Amino acid sequence: MFETRGPREGQVRIPSGCAIAAIMDRSGNRHDGSDILKSIALMHDRSNGLGGGFAAYGIYPEYRELYAFHIMYESREARAQTEAYLDRYFMSEKQERIPTEAVAAIKNPPDIWRYFVAPHPMRLANSGLDEAEYTMQHVFHINGKIDGAFVASSGKNMGAFKGVGYPEDIGEFYRIQDYDAWAWTAHGRFPTNTPGWWGGAHPFTLLNWSVVHNGEISSYDANRRYVEQFGYDCELQTDTEVITYLFDLLARRHGFSQEMAARIMAAPSWEDIDRMPPDQAAFETALRTVYSSALVNGPFSIIIGSDEGLLALNDRLKLRALMAAEKGPMVYMASEQAAIEIVCPDAENVRSIEGGQPFVVQLDSVAAAKARESAENCPAREKPFRHEVEVHPRRKERSHA
Amino acid sequence: MLDYVLPRYRVLRDGDLCIQCGVCERSCSNEVHHVDEELGRVTANNGACVNCQRCVVMCPTQALAITRWPQVDSGSANWTLETMQDIAKQAQTGAVLLGSMGNPKPFPVYWDHLLLNASQVTNPSIDPLREPMETRVFLGSRPEILKVNERDEKLSAPLPPQLRLDVPLMFSAMSFGSISLNAQKALAMAARELGTFFNTGEGGLHRDLEQYADCAIVQVASGRFGVDPHYLGVTGAIEIKIGQGAKPGIGGHLPGEKISAEVSRTRMIPQGTDAISPAPHHDIYSIEDLRQLVFSLKEATGYAKPVAVKVAAVHNVAAIASGMARAGADIIVVDGFRGGTGAAPRRIRDNVGIPIELALAAVDQRLRDESIRSTVSLVAAGSIRSSADIVRAIALGADAVYCASAPLIALGCHQCQDCSSGKCNWGIATQRPDLVRRLNPEIAAERVVNLVHGWTHEIKEMMGGMGINAVDSLRGNRLMLRGVGLNEKELEILGVKYAGE
Repeated sequence: MFETRGPREGQVRIPSGCAIAAIMDRSGNRHDGSDILKSIALMHDRSNGLGGGFAAYGIYPEYRELYAFHIMYESREARAQTEAYLDRYFMSEKQERIPTEAVAAIKNPPDIWRYFVAPHPMRLANSGLDEAEYTMQHVFHINGKIDGAFVASSGKNMGAFKGVGYPEDIGEFYRIQDYDAWAWTAHGRFPTNTPGWWGGAHPFTLLNWSVVHNGEISSYDANRRYVEQFGYDCELQTDTEVITYLFDLLARRHGFSQEMAARIMAAPSWEDIDRMPPDQAAFETALRTVYSSALVNGPFSIIIGSDEGLLALNDRLKLRALMAAEKGPMVYMASEQAAIEIVCPDAENVRSIEGGQPFVVQLDSVAAAKARESAENCPAREKPFRHEVEVHPRRKERSHA
Repeated sequence: MLDYVLPRYRVLRDGDLCIQCGVCERSCSNEVHHVDEELGRVTANNGACVNCQRCVVMCPTQALAITRWPQVDSGSANWTLETMQDIAKQAQTGAVLLGSMGNPKPFPVYWDHLLLNASQVTNPSIDPLREPMETRVFLGSRPEILKVNERDEKLSAPLPPQLRLDVPLMFSAMSFGSISLNAQKALAMAARELGTFFNTGEGGLHRDLEQYADCAIVQVASGRFGVDPHYLGVTGAIEIKIGQGAKPGIGGHLPGEKISAEVSRTRMIPQGTDAISPAPHHDIYSIEDLRQLVFSLKEATGYAKPVAVKVAAVHNVAAIASGMARAGADIIVVDGFRGGTGAAPRRIRDNVGIPIELALAAVDQRLRDESIRSTVSLVAAGSIRSSADIVRAIALGADAVYCASAPLIALGCHQCQDCSSGKCNWGIATQRPDLVRRLNPEIAAERVVNLVHGWTHEIKEMMGGMGINAVDSLRGNRLMLRGVGLNEKELEILGVKYAGE
């Protein structure tokens, strides 16, 4: 049959403009997806119907210790192949089709499944990798090697819901009002080309990370060639993908706090460093020197989600809009202030996030735990593997099937 | 024996403009011009002219120009006049042909096949007049992972020593002996002013230059001239010179007549003796030997300064560079075949080595394939002609570049390629006091500073156009380059896409 699909992410590099939004409850209370839907829908004109999506944290509490894989299939063969692969390397507790709703504007959706899995214990032990690295490598394999299959998300107690369409239609399609999460992020995409591929929509995710991003970074190839040294394959050639990998490298593998990782990616200027007291200047100089290739350049605003909370970051020159506001335990972020006010008209501390200054929102429980931890970064490879030194916690019986 | 060698150049003198003032005669160390009072005109010994253009610049009435010798060749594309003249010379003398400066042959200049990117619509270009535009780079080795205490903002272990460059270029190695002290002084002063480094070459550090030692990189080469603990101790960095792009596999030979009292004192060899740098270091016959020298130098200097290793770009340069990184080199310097020299056998200069563009791309990629690119610095050398070449070199993967020919041209060099004669009319490649005096170090330094300031402005403009405000984000950013007029293999090695892709 004649193939009509246009070039995909990964075959060409496609610049995009975007809308992004996020809502989080620091206390850990969960809220359904209606507010985030309303917030991103307001910024309709910032996307062009070629990509939308959401990431949600805390949605699968009954499977909190298992990796939740959201996988999109374009064919039955792709599913058969992927499931055989998963069967080999993971133990699946549950698998099911993700419930969706027919929406007039959403055309030709793929077959979308979710799996709650744990790494196969023997294969994990033999791999010489820790659990996260093991899972990441297999996600890379599925995305890179199995044609027609794409892992939309692979974290624990979180998931990404994304596809081709306006974000409000995508949200309706996935019935995101049916999920309760303590943090939501959303993305509406304005790609310059017409790839129309569900895997290319955002948020981009890896393990527990999810990234929504607005901008076009000019440091892309410098960043890509830096992370590719360490086994990250930039298959999609998108900015969001490389930013996620940089963040994973710095925060997970090198053990920095998320805030420090963000500071490395949007490092202070030499002009600022030259004005600092000598000790601080030496510290910042060392960070910039060692991580010069992790500096992200060009316009961007990103919101990074994780099991700790949210982190927002703007480029050093503040070339992209990003607003933040608070109300009690709630924190709101969006490309436009109106997108915050429509869901929280009496929001407080409404402000624009400053260029190069990471804006960190942690769960109260995480913040309390962090304050007790050592402030030295401990690289992942220097830690003992959890699966070797810890007894895997027994899961509580599920409350419902 | 009848000399078959023809003149290469011919002096064109406009008799109407010439006032017979004799400036050209006094300007020319090759004794080309002669004011003949009996004939009442100025004559020229064309055969002695090397086309250094000193007389052309100095002539107060612009009566002079130099042109090629008009002799046609045999008509054979194979036996060109140049080829036959070389044979005539060797038949006359039985000697090795000598040449200076870089490979002049018409090999492809890959820089000229690489075009730069600029932002349009989807991201904004950045105006360097409004926004900070950072050209500072650090050279040295780094850990792959930095261990810090985030709360105290302190490093858990100190960073290895780094060289700070405010502009991503340094002046490459030129020894006192191959160039004059005034030329070295000019480069040293310019390096200080610009926040970068000059390189002493292997000729030692003259005592007049010790005040600039903190912006010096001193060389340890196969002749080990001038090397003692003081020399190693006072400088910013040490460079082990294994090879030079202009003459890979060849040592050096500074003839005794150039070993003046000052050169002798600085090189620590007797006056009037030949200074021979052997082809290899006789204590480095393998990669593990290099490691020993690297660490001997680090031990000798208390691990307080980076050690660079410089090699000529040769066929297997990627693997060699990777080995150098593993042998403890903090900075890898790769010198392409267009790099200059004070003197080299011409057959070596013109036929050995490979272009820096391909070598640089291959080395950068290999270091990445080995996951060690971020732990070591990479400097490209060998004919960087303009700010655009610097931008291309950094985008291909260099941390910084070394240039020598361009600053020499700023000092007055006209690339006559006759450095080895020691009669440089511009006071650069000579030790003759009357010629050296022609180069005023202060004025010469100002010219070099002007040149680099101009280049820096241009680099900032080009980076801003790409939407990049720090040179860190240009390094290895090959998507900022597109090739034209290159074949698939060249594109593959350079790691760039074709224009339009």
